Amino acid sequence: MDPGLRRDDNGVAAGRAIAMIYVIEQVLNGAQFGVMLFLMAAGLTLIFGIMNVINLAHGSLYMVGAYVAAAVFGATGSFLIGLAAALAAAIVVGIALEVTLFRTLYARDHLDQVLATFGLILFFNEIVRILFGATALYMRVPDFLNGRVEILPGAPYPTYRLAIIAVGLAVALLLYLLIARTRIGMLIRAGASNRVMLGALGVNVTLLYTAVFALGAALAALAGVMAGPIFTVESGMGESVLISAFVVIVIGGIGSIRGAFVAALLVGIVDATGRAYLRPLLALFTSRAAADSAGPALASMLIYILMAAVLFVRPQGLFPPRGR
Amino acid sequence: MRAIDARGIAALVCLTALALVPVIAAAADAPFYVGLFARVMIFAIAALSLDLILGYGGLVSFGHAAYLGIGAYAVAILSFHGVTNGFVHFAAALAAAAVAALVIGIVSLRTSGVYFIMITLAFGQMVYYLGISLNQYGGDDGLSIGRPSDFGGLVDLADPTILYYFVLACLALFLCLGGRAVRSRFGVLLQGVRSNERRMVALGFPVFRYKLAAFVIAGAVCGVAGALFANLTLFVSPGIMHWTRSGEIMMMVILGGIGTLLGPVLGAAVYLLLESVLSRWSEHWQAILGPLLIIVVLFSKSGLMGLIRAPRPPHG
Repeated sequence: MDPGLRRDDNGVAAGRAIAMIYVIEQVLNGAQFGVMLFLMAAGLTLIFGIMNVINLAHGSLYMVGAYVAAAVFGATGSFLIGLAAALAAAIVVGIALEVTLFRTLYARDHLDQVLATFGLILFFNEIVRILFGATALYMRVPDFLNGRVEILPGAPYPTYRLAIIAVGLAVALLLYLLIARTRIGMLIRAGASNRVMLGALGVNVTLLYTAVFALGAALAALAGVMAGPIFTVESGMGESVLISAFVVIVIGGIGSIRGAFVAALLVGIVDATGRAYLRPLLALFTSRAAADSAGPALASMLIYILMAAVLFVRPQGLFPPRGR
Repeated sequence: MRAIDARGIAALVCLTALALVPVIAAAADAPFYVGLFARVMIFAIAALSLDLILGYGGLVSFGHAAYLGIGAYAVAILSFHGVTNGFVHFAAALAAAAVAALVIGIVSLRTSGVYFIMITLAFGQMVYYLGISLNQYGGDDGLSIGRPSDFGGLVDLADPTILYYFVLACLALFLCLGGRAVRSRFGVLLQGVRSNERRMVALGFPVFRYKLAAFVIAGAVCGVAGALFANLTLFVSPGIMHWTRSGEIMMMVILGGIGTLLGPVLGAAVYLLLESVLSRWSEHWQAILGPLLIIVVLFSKSGLMGLIRAPRPPHG
């Protein structure tokens, strides 16, 4: 055997292994973004499915969660206290919004809901600037999740990001159990099908609406807290996530939690792999310069193109809710 | 007939008042107001184009800033490559915005209601991210425009006053065309679709084609507003297409009066003047503007035009 050839073989094999690890990393990054989108989309789709209201200010609840967690974590040094404070704050803000504004909006058309919640976004973005200053807050990864785990030999992956995926999947499971197996879940499903009948049967629909809104607020805040150490905590941080969550809902089918879950993972993984691979893929077919300029542009548009493609085939989304 | 006359007179009063702005600004030695009111009129054109589909067609499009940006970028990119001819600039802005509206419209008009709102919002955001990733045209930082559109000595847009009257002429043209369009067969059909789409389909009208045509016209007109905006600021950045801009344009329509022609003009004026006053008063002016908008939405169904003229049965 020629030793030189052998070394080349090893080099190719090692190169393949590295490429494989890179693929796995991208898929995990996508899954991590996907479960965060799911937490946002689940709240939005619940609130829309039951109260028939489109809430642009859902991103503000995400922002409230991130800001409160960053501030309390910074002050107390405990991530878990920060998380608890963030969830509590978002639930309080959510209930306050529901009682003062959204109850009036349920009976209004979607245009009024869009505009009123747009006004809310302007208000919240400015309030956090007044309370926390215009500069972005820094939130570090909690110590007990700092570090890396070897997902495969020679492939370390940040523990914190793995924890996000785990929490996201656990919440998805709990949400499924809540809606499919509990009495409250039964009421939620009944409310989505026929709220007038539900009220006639003696259920306190007003209270149910407030509870669902608070649940959505808590889910959004959870996503915001988990996003804190990864993205910057700044005014307006919830808006791009909100619009991506809209893409998820549209792909999944409005009002369907299952659809939101599948679509969130799909959107997350398509986005992450597109950003990683579109440029080298284009370089195979066109010049390097063209790939360098078109690759990132196409990658940033990819999830919207995916949405357009899904809508073209199935205008109601992948999992349209039945019975409405 | 009398109602049409009243509307025509109101439009004339409005345009005359706008025409006097540079004169008054010169007399008061406050040239700042010429630029501010040019901006008002440009957004009035954008809001007017949105009102065609929102107010008359009932289509809640939440991505209208995209066409403003496409029109502005058409001018900026052509200038960047050395094309300065104004006719080419405006034709390109109109065509690019129309093509974008056609593509977005074909996909999003297949849906309705809340789906339509989310999809147009998502497409608007897509165009915004496209602007950010255009690295050779400045990316996030934007692109400066060396000289305004060159109309070969016909009009010199480098002069702020001439630019102002050019924008005013465009606004007058679009108000006039808009007035004819909404009274035409096309406009009446569009309003029919708004009040009862299913019935219009049952009557055998090609509803999708009418909605798509309105969507494309609105996009194209907004593209022209974008080209004017590029000439006013001599700079474009993706910020012009941010989704909050779409919300602002929609707010102007609601503030002024949805489904009216002068409403969007009035709304643009009030919104931008309010912004100008509030931002001088406090840096946290959006904390005041936000709740103000909520109050307008909750308590005033027909906007400022509703305060001015006699109440009409509500619609939409």
